[in-house]
Amino acid sequence: MSSRFFDKVATVTAWLAAILILGILVSFLAYMLIKGLPVLSWKFIFGMPSDIYAGGGVGPQLFNSFYMLFLSLVFSVPVAVGAGIYLAEYAGSGRWTDLIRLSTESLATVPSIVLGLFGMIIFVNMLGFGISILGGALTLTLLNLPVLVRVTEEALRAVPPYYREASLALGATKWQTIRRVVLPNALPGIITGITLTAGRALGETAILIFTAGTTVSRHLPDFDPLAAGETLAVHMWYVMAIGLVPDRLDVANGIGALLIITILGLNLILTIPAKILQKRLTGSQH
Amino acid sequence: MDLGRDVNLVSAVIFNHHQLRLLYDRWIYYLFIACAFLMTVIIFAIIIFIGQQGLQTFTEVSPAEFFFNAKWDPSEGHFGALSFILGSIFVTMLAVTIGAPLGLAGAIFMAKIAPSWLREVMRPATDLYVAIPSVVYGYVGLTILVPFIRTYFYVNTGFGLMAASVILAIMILPTIISISEDAIRAVPRTLEEASLALGATRWQTISRVLVPAALPGILTSIVLAMARAVGETMAVQMVIGNTPLLAKSLFTPTATLTSEIVVEMGNTPFGSAWGNSLFLMALVLLLVSMLMIVAIRRIGRREAT
Repeated sequence: MSSRFFDKVATVTAWLAAILILGILVSFLAYMLIKGLPVLSWKFIFGMPSDIYAGGGVGPQLFNSFYMLFLSLVFSVPVAVGAGIYLAEYAGSGRWTDLIRLSTESLATVPSIVLGLFGMIIFVNMLGFGISILGGALTLTLLNLPVLVRVTEEALRAVPPYYREASLALGATKWQTIRRVVLPNALPGIITGITLTAGRALGETAILIFTAGTTVSRHLPDFDPLAAGETLAVHMWYVMAIGLVPDRLDVANGIGALLIITILGLNLILTIPAKILQKRLTGSQH
Repeated sequence: MDLGRDVNLVSAVIFNHHQLRLLYDRWIYYLFIACAFLMTVIIFAIIIFIGQQGLQTFTEVSPAEFFFNAKWDPSEGHFGALSFILGSIFVTMLAVTIGAPLGLAGAIFMAKIAPSWLREVMRPATDLYVAIPSVVYGYVGLTILVPFIRTYFYVNTGFGLMAASVILAIMILPTIISISEDAIRAVPRTLEEASLALGATRWQTISRVLVPAALPGILTSIVLAMARAVGETMAVQMVIGNTPLLAKSLFTPTATLTSEIVVEMGNTPFGSAWGNSLFLMALVLLLVSMLMIVAIRRIGRREAT
């Protein structure tokens, strides 16, 4: 009887844990949206910020967030896909491959503040980009690379081996096989991975404070990659930690809601087309 | 009309075309190797540059002072980082103590107990946990958790190890849940069926068969969670209080390695002993995260044999 009793207790505990886990998530999202949505207005989202007076907007920060994200993806996606292809399609189990895998895993666990300091030494000081959008984007690339490599490798490995064999048997070279057969089939997985990485990069703060800075250009939009590049997340931290504006709670709430909406959007909307794409691709092959 | 010559010409063109393709194949292969090898170059560059900048601290500060002294007062020439090191250790341990049991319970629930529709809800939910920016976690901690601790534990500020650990415990949940769940799922079904067939209840099967069999994966998830906790910066900085003193209790303001770097890096001259000591803290963080990777590899290798 007692073992049955323990079984019941354990089941109830597990249910409670699950409810708690979902509850925490829902309350985080709800809190941020309830507090932040009323702040959002055209003027707030696209307006210029103010250092001293209430009523400033976050237009430049919003622009910088996406501009920097775009630049960092332009730098990281080709390299990461290349490295992922190497690891999935070419690499054996030698010493060098092991070193590359170990490097990728290590890079993925380097704390982002350490990457930030590294970016500060290399991109900001040595290469002389200064605290700028370009400096931030390049440092952000270091953060994105290991995640994208892993995602690409997993997506490529999920493609059945007989696809490759069929292509090679028709006389295609290895590169032709990868480009025409393997990559198109792995594409939905890679796109999903890029989407999730983008969400993570959008909210990143520690890495950008000393590489992209806590100020913005006076022009909007400013495409100059050497302009100062404070992002939404950095601004949210800045107004709470150092900022002097009287309405800093409103600003932080508004940014919080913007970030949550963007991330919900990326997670829900962009992953669905990837699934549809996958269905269409696999559907057309049978 | 010389048919033979034409055939030769065509076959030569085809042959050259094929040669060209093979040449492309080779070049592209080198390109891919270069991309992959870039990962190694980057990680070595990080170790070298952070290390070189950080180790310069020891020209002015003795290692004993840095690691075992808690007196941090850069303007007076005191660079004891002990309180930050202990702060990071305490926060990480406490976060894992709170977060790991909850995450593990969630993982067991998702793998073996949850009805399938609920599992379909919890999968994306754990993804969302990862996607929420750390500054948002910090902000919610600052505006809800800190006042809550201040009110209900009768302390002055509410900032400190407790607030930081609770926020971190929430932030590491998705790491523990997703990796542990995969590990539990990967246990061969035959083991589970054998246990059930012997008359064991579901809980007995989970606690005595599934969890022990999945232990390497569960340990991996906990080590990865620790790596995330020790490196987390913004959320911790917002709720820990940022006072360079040893924590006397869970509710007094203190600092960690990461929070101290963020707070002070902006106003230190690059290359000074002060600036270098912050890089040395970064080096400590870097080495700790590397050690964790080695630990995970050890666990994985034991699993394989």
